[in-house]
Amino acid sequence: MNVSLILIILLVGAFATYIAGDKFASKVALFFGLAALGCSIVVLNHYNLGENISLINQWITKPNVSFALKADGLSLAMLLLTTALTPIIIFSSFGNDYKNAKAFYALILFMAFAMAGTFLAADGLLYYIFWELSLIPIYFIALIWGNGDAEERKKAVVKFFIYTLAGSLFMLVAFVYLYQKAGSFLIEDLYKINLSAAEQLWIFLAFFLAYAIKIPLIPFHTWQAKVYQKAPTVGTMLLSGIMLKMGLYSVIRWQLPLAPLAAKEYMFIFIAIGIAGVIYGSIVALRQKDLKKLLAYSSLAHVGLIAAGTYTLTLDGLSGAVLQMIAHGFVVVGLFFVAEIIFRRYETRVIAEMGGIRAQSPKFTSMFLILVLASVALPSTFNFVGEFTVLYSLSQINIWFAILGGTTIILGAYYMLKMFQYAMLGETNSKLFADVTANEGITLVLIIAVLFFFGLYPKPIVDLITPSLQEILTQINRIN
Amino acid sequence: MNTLIAIIGLGVLCLLFEIFNLRKAIVPVTIIGLLAVLGLTVSEFNSTESYYNNMITVSKFSTAFSSLFIVLTIFLVGLGHNFYENHQNKISDFIAIKVFLLAGAVAMVSFGNLAMFFLGIEVLSISLYILAASDRLNLKSNEAGMKYFLMGSFASGILLFGICLIYGAMGSFDVIEISELSQSAELPIWFPIGIALLTIGMFFKIAAVPFHFWAPDVYEGSPALTTALMSTLAKVVAMATLYKLLSVMNADISEAFKIVVVVISMASMTVGNIMALRQVNVKRMLAFSGISHAGFMLMTLLSLSTSAASLLYYTTAYSLAGIAAFSVILYVCKNRDNEDITNFHGLGKSNPLLAAILTASLLSMAGIPIFAGFFAKLVLFSQTIQDGYIALVIVAVINSIISVGYYFKLILAMYTKEPNEEKTGRPFMIYAVAVVAIALNIIIGLFPSLVLDILG
Repeated sequence: MNVSLILIILLVGAFATYIAGDKFASKVALFFGLAALGCSIVVLNHYNLGENISLINQWITKPNVSFALKADGLSLAMLLLTTALTPIIIFSSFGNDYKNAKAFYALILFMAFAMAGTFLAADGLLYYIFWELSLIPIYFIALIWGNGDAEERKKAVVKFFIYTLAGSLFMLVAFVYLYQKAGSFLIEDLYKINLSAAEQLWIFLAFFLAYAIKIPLIPFHTWQAKVYQKAPTVGTMLLSGIMLKMGLYSVIRWQLPLAPLAAKEYMFIFIAIGIAGVIYGSIVALRQKDLKKLLAYSSLAHVGLIAAGTYTLTLDGLSGAVLQMIAHGFVVVGLFFVAEIIFRRYETRVIAEMGGIRAQSPKFTSMFLILVLASVALPSTFNFVGEFTVLYSLSQINIWFAILGGTTIILGAYYMLKMFQYAMLGETNSKLFADVTANEGITLVLIIAVLFFFGLYPKPIVDLITPSLQEILTQINRIN
Repeated sequence: MNTLIAIIGLGVLCLLFEIFNLRKAIVPVTIIGLLAVLGLTVSEFNSTESYYNNMITVSKFSTAFSSLFIVLTIFLVGLGHNFYENHQNKISDFIAIKVFLLAGAVAMVSFGNLAMFFLGIEVLSISLYILAASDRLNLKSNEAGMKYFLMGSFASGILLFGICLIYGAMGSFDVIEISELSQSAELPIWFPIGIALLTIGMFFKIAAVPFHFWAPDVYEGSPALTTALMSTLAKVVAMATLYKLLSVMNADISEAFKIVVVVISMASMTVGNIMALRQVNVKRMLAFSGISHAGFMLMTLLSLSTSAASLLYYTTAYSLAGIAAFSVILYVCKNRDNEDITNFHGLGKSNPLLAAILTASLLSMAGIPIFAGFFAKLVLFSQTIQDGYIALVIVAVINSIISVGYYFKLILAMYTKEPNEEKTGRPFMIYAVAVVAIALNIIIGLFPSLVLDILG
């Protein structure tokens, strides 16, 4: 039993979904998504029992590349995030009718496959391949099934693709450079190389370009809002829920341990970039009229804080970042789904055109409110645990970072509640708003349940990720 | 040697078929014949022999590249079945010329003597001139043939001049003797000049900047199948020959020469890519894209002793993607008077399979993982960083990003526009060639060792 099984399930699922035809595609995709989730829970059990779940095979002799999948606590946590969100995302789309559904759902599973691979890969090149591979499905999902004017959408999506590809190609150069030093792409071998401070800085910057674009950090975020707005909601969920976590995960797994000197030397700059994203994202979100765009900018603010947490290089910062990644993944999927539910009924994403939904649909309103509160880190939700830990670690570095970073909660509460007020409260809307259907309700309840459960009892995840984060920290703090 | 004889025999057979009026059988028979020749070549793989006073030397390098050329010719002949449908009475000529062209190509990578090299390149070039002008009643095709002929013969003249100077310096045409003599301390100045002229002549053939001006016009004017041949087979042949010329004659080329190669490589990539961004004609766009790929391939000249495997891999990946792309272009642009990008509108809806194949081949050329183009670039970058040319790699990376711009223009046209008219008919050969070529591309992308270890 090893982790490759999950990848195989997802890949086979993608093909099976395509073959199943338009009519059954969504159900087949859901089945394989759930199978992958089940399988990852089984793998997690094996891991907790101390069994070996990794897989290393020689793939290419020259250059020396291995097909190496390794799962420690951190990888498994991210893997679970992927496999848990994929079925939820697929299930959330059940109310929609997509043209050429077989290709659509196949691409979703294929993307889940590539993202899971990114989290598991323990070989630099294999990791890079999965990283790039995940870009192709989201490109087509956003391009073909997106909404709004085709020309504008095309521009946004191509910009996104070229940006991310540009960043990752520099990462590839960094990997090739490291390969010349180590003679192998395996992560253990890469960890062993001794690089001079100048070399580390270049490696760090090459990685930084790739990750800053993907996460996205200021000033590389310009692709984000348009793509989130234009992509179909499923695509936005995949992007914001899982894909941008790839960037944050990679910072912890690859960038910091491979170039610790640069990370320490310029720590303040990188934390400041993250914090700048928090403030900028929050302020821009205040002015948004489009619900999806508002969520996009709020997402920018939250990931800025997570990135700042990782760059503190403390155990609290790293574990807070990982917790917040998972929490943010769930809450953002929930919020985008709420936007989709409103769109299904009102066919609009403009906040001013909504309003007065509460009177017609109290159940929906309360679920929406819980998600809003979770996203502004209300105590007892999962987001509070993550955000608080990150802010605590920032205060250890410099109290001003914590104060400025804390604006994410204050400003977040302001723009989220204002949005909630305009969208949901007020006079009864003249347009009819049917209450949530069973499918929609199940999706939202599941997400809320996860957020509360881990908000009150985060120990399982903390226990899972702490050992591997400690290992990474010793790698970061080794003496060069 | 046996390969060469067999290929020429096959070419003659094609002409005989014409006499016996068996035109319908020509394409299948040629393909079967070429497959047999391929088998013959592969079976000779480990032998190194020389024939006729070192006129021809068979080595691992020559058999590996000959096999690639034969595979490409099989694809091109297969595409010819559909392409020459309306010219049935001339089909034997077209096919025979392609087979003779292959003979020239094989001679070019297995020469042991500069005279043989020149013979090979002339056989190849003259066949290409004919093919470029083969659409006799089309003004553009005539123009292309004429332009190509003028530029090509000019380049041949320069090559010949270079060979003469080398002969003047060394007193021999035999490459082994030349390379032995070139180790000696005192070299007459004619020798490096001769090498430089030979290199310039070959730069013309592979269309590297600044010797690229003929390429876009010739590519656009020639019949589409000929363009496919030029941009895949002919380019790969010229590149392999240049590599062999430089590596057999003077194993360690000077630093100054390397700087020239670096500059030409950078210029080819950049000019090719930037010009390609502006094109609306797909053939012209691929011509410029080919120029930029020539720039990438030139990177192998910086480490002549070790990069044969990377060159083989890059050329294989590039030409397989090119064949797949051109087979889709042939299908889409059949019976159209131009190859503008508008013809591709809505292909994703009207013909999803071919659109997917074209997308895959463009992604391969852009260097996106799992397609062979990615590993080709990776191996090349790795090699070049090892030799210490990081700046060149950075330029190459930036160019890879630029190239995405125009490859995606075509992909966008296929998937976001509405189809303008329905294409009918599903020509078997085009589908077969496209599927097999892209499948081979993905297979060597998943298992790069298959190709890398051949010359590794």
